[in-house]
Amino acid sequence: MKLLRFILDPYARFALFALLIMGLPLVVTNEYYLGVLVVIAIHSIIVLGLDLLMGYTGQISLGHASFYGLGAYITGVLSAHWQWPPLAGLAAALLIVAAIAWIIGVPTLKLHGHYLAMATLGFGIIVFIFFNELGSLTGGPSGLTGIEEMNIFGVTFDSDREWYFLSVSFLLAVLLLSINVVRSRVGRALRAIHGSETASGVLGVNIARYKVGIFVLSALYAALAGWLYAHYITFISPSSFTFMFSVKLVTMVVAGSLGSLWGAIFGAALLTSLPEFLFVFNNYETLVFGFILIVVMIFMPRGLLRGIEDMFKWLWHAARKAPPTSRPGEERS
Amino acid sequence: MGLEQILQFVITGITVGSTYALIGIGFNIIFNATEIINFAQGEFVMLGGMFTVFGMQVLRLPVPFAALLSIILVAFVGLLLNMLAIRPIRNPSPITLIIITIGASIFIRGASSLIWGKDPYPIAAFSGEDPIPFFGAVIQPQSLWVMGVVFAVVVALRQFLNRTITGKAMLASAFQPRAARLVGIDTPYMVLLSFALSGAVGAAAGIIIAPMSMVTYDMGVMMGLKGFCAAIVGGLGHPFGVVLGGLILGVMESLGAGLISSGYKDAIAFVILLLMLFFRPQGILGKGRGERV
Amino acid sequence: MKRLVVVAMVMGMVLTFASTAPAADEYRIGAIYASTGPASALGLPEKNTTEMLVEELNAAGGINGKQVKLFMYDTEADPTKANNAVKKLISLDEVDVIIGPTTSGVTMAIIPPIEKAKIPLISCAASVKIVQPVKKWVFKTPQTDTMAVEKIYATLQSKGIRKVSIITVSDGYGDSGRVELQRLAPDYGLTVVADERYGGNDTDMSAQLTKIKGTDAEAIVCWGTFPGPAVIAKNRKQLGLTIPLYNSHGIASPKYIELAGDAAEGTFLPAGRLIVIDSLPDSDPQKSVLSAYKAAYEGKFGKNSVSTFGGHAYDAFKIAVMAIENAAKAGDVTRAGIRDEIEKITGFVGTGGIFNYSAEDHNGLTKEGFGMVEIKNGGWSLAQ
Repeated sequence: MKLLRFILDPYARFALFALLIMGLPLVVTNEYYLGVLVVIAIHSIIVLGLDLLMGYTGQISLGHASFYGLGAYITGVLSAHWQWPPLAGLAAALLIVAAIAWIIGVPTLKLHGHYLAMATLGFGIIVFIFFNELGSLTGGPSGLTGIEEMNIFGVTFDSDREWYFLSVSFLLAVLLLSINVVRSRVGRALRAIHGSETASGVLGVNIARYKVGIFVLSALYAALAGWLYAHYITFISPSSFTFMFSVKLVTMVVAGSLGSLWGAIFGAALLTSLPEFLFVFNNYETLVFGFILIVVMIFMPRGLLRGIEDMFKWLWHAARKAPPTSRPGEERS
Repeated sequence: MGLEQILQFVITGITVGSTYALIGIGFNIIFNATEIINFAQGEFVMLGGMFTVFGMQVLRLPVPFAALLSIILVAFVGLLLNMLAIRPIRNPSPITLIIITIGASIFIRGASSLIWGKDPYPIAAFSGEDPIPFFGAVIQPQSLWVMGVVFAVVVALRQFLNRTITGKAMLASAFQPRAARLVGIDTPYMVLLSFALSGAVGAAAGIIIAPMSMVTYDMGVMMGLKGFCAAIVGGLGHPFGVVLGGLILGVMESLGAGLISSGYKDAIAFVILLLMLFFRPQGILGKGRGERV
Repeated sequence: MKRLVVVAMVMGMVLTFASTAPAADEYRIGAIYASTGPASALGLPEKNTTEMLVEELNAAGGINGKQVKLFMYDTEADPTKANNAVKKLISLDEVDVIIGPTTSGVTMAIIPPIEKAKIPLISCAASVKIVQPVKKWVFKTPQTDTMAVEKIYATLQSKGIRKVSIITVSDGYGDSGRVELQRLAPDYGLTVVADERYGGNDTDMSAQLTKIKGTDAEAIVCWGTFPGPAVIAKNRKQLGLTIPLYNSHGIASPKYIELAGDAAEGTFLPAGRLIVIDSLPDSDPQKSVLSAYKAAYEGKFGKNSVSTFGGHAYDAFKIAVMAIENAAKAGDVTRAGIRDEIEKITGFVGTGGIFNYSAEDHNGLTKEGFGMVEIKNGGWSLAQ
């Protein structure tokens, strides 16, 4: 039982997870596998943010690909045209994206219903068009070349092994931050909002401020991921930041599970690696993504990961002929 | 820039805007009955075109019969969507419904690309392609079809909602679901009906657009989004607002492409959408839907 | 739960660890095409062609008695996926040479890892940026969009046209064409009086064409892939525009005539000789290559299925095989050895033209590979 309590403690889980993924390159040495893991780490960063938004505030963004794209393009353009170092590019990307997310979030999150979904959808498409049309700056639809390789304080990252450690470090930092957010006063307030907006309003929770805060934070995660992506591939084009990619990100959150940070990483890993390892999958990719969205929402509203977990719990308890005990307080960490 | 050209832009805009309006009406029918924003509406439009091609090329039906068959089939798809994907949800929160309808839309699109391939299909215009001169500009005969069908759908819908018992029951169950059930209205049936009706209207839009744009498996995405913009701009749920919204978007786009820059044409509808959401979320004709906390 | 995450990751890897180290008795060729996704109309014939040629080659005994093993992945025209696929070909499948990708944007995206890994790449994408400036390890087979533009502009010039309007699609293909159309106009004494764009899924281009109608343009050049150009041809007819319409080589397929119907009549496009085989004289050096490829492809994939895009893959594959053969003769079948041999290939008669590679020219073609084609009576005919 002590072991069980240890495993249920989010920080212990985090330490174990960190140890595991930092040790992974001992087993996995091939550049290709490391490359796929880098992409998984980058996607996980965005999905963690989107999961905070969707799972904890009950809001949905259909334009997170645009924040990802803005992060990539801001640093990309600064690097390719004016040779800004990557860290300066990161600062610029985070500042600009935070400002934009705030401008979108403040008016729409004050409203009931899903005005954020509609606004982010429209915003995502506008940003995509600007990536295409501002040709002299962004390289237009042909893409932007000449982005410098990642360089942090004089250390250059150019092998996939080095990139693995870099991207995973950022992922762990973001994960730790998210665990803190969820466990803090903010996290409790958000859960209250999700439970009943009116009740928490009456109790003096400043609903709109928390919602906007989480929305901006999730946009910042996406911008950070975009920054990593731009310096990793060193080439970006608008086709990576479409409405369809926003939907893919939502699928990752849903497949993992709404409101579970570990589920978010699971969802990103699953849906990023599936097309890599199952080639027959490509022809059916959109079909499968659509299917996952519908089936998971109907039959496993707690996500694939927790759906499987629930199934095992049920089987376990069925075997011991005891009703499953739920721990509502713990399932969100 | 001559006056004839401006006139031509306006005519083109009204044609395109009418199609947005028709798609937006489809959004509205479901939204009115259920408060669901159906992101698969664009796929109804695509399916409308595809089934018509199927009827004409495989079953060798004349256009009116192929169109009728297509409308019936897409209405059936609407029924299926409601029964298979919406009804089984145990906890129908708005976020769940948005995700499900998005899932349905990409599922339908994926299935269509496997069934019909990715090449576009042409359909001949209903009454020839000889342009009609109009004060120095020209009107495509198909444009008249588009405007005529939109007008007919709006009138028919109005008659249906205001004059028939079923229509009134539908409005009632949308307005006060619990009260409607108390007076004996079968609300789940009304919801089902709204999905079928919305599928039929979507299919009609697809059929009249097809001769101008051709039919491709992925035409539904942009069409759906533009129709959605039209519905928001006009006022979600407002039957005439959406027509106004569609026409405004169409004309603005056409004038924007002609007078400013054709590259940014597609951004215009979404910029208008954002401005509306920020400053008048209930739409031009809507009343107080987007209540503030 | 994190255990599940790790297990999923590891399981994914084990699934493909089965791939073996290269055997001594085979040559390994990698191929990446956009066989699904937005560019699948281009990528699919490339994939088909490559599979067909490998089968043919191995049935005939392979290269010097050694079989050729093909490793082929789908990029979906997505830079991230293409990047992963290239790494897989380089570090896991250990191929000697890579053919593809299909689109220009994706080619640009994979050039950094290609150059870093020092492996020869023969791209099937159009953009001139791929080979200018010359990159040591990167070659390509399709005529550049520069050549297509030159062909059209030379025709316009010979007809005494001075003012041209352009309409291009907002994607990588249209953008690359638009840049070249703008850049080369002065060289042919042309002024671009209207520069319009349209979206890949637009349903009506009347607004753009109305604007063109209001200028004193003497010709329209349209740069796009389906279905846009067919809609433009229709809109042009409806608006009563009488100035000639020139399309790009991107729509050189019977689909154009099918979609645009009567409106296609009398429009022009520059195209490789593949679609006008029948009007070629027997003395044309390409005729036998083209008819053989067309017969083989259509025998396998159906009537009227052949396209210039499959031809690009045909040329790339033949060039790769030839380079491996020559490298084997020189006793240096390494990535570097094959690269050097590709650069030495001259006088190779392919579907796209006669290739003469050199250290300065990694495309090897001239604009003479194109013929100007007019649509007449619902078919193609070589315009003079």
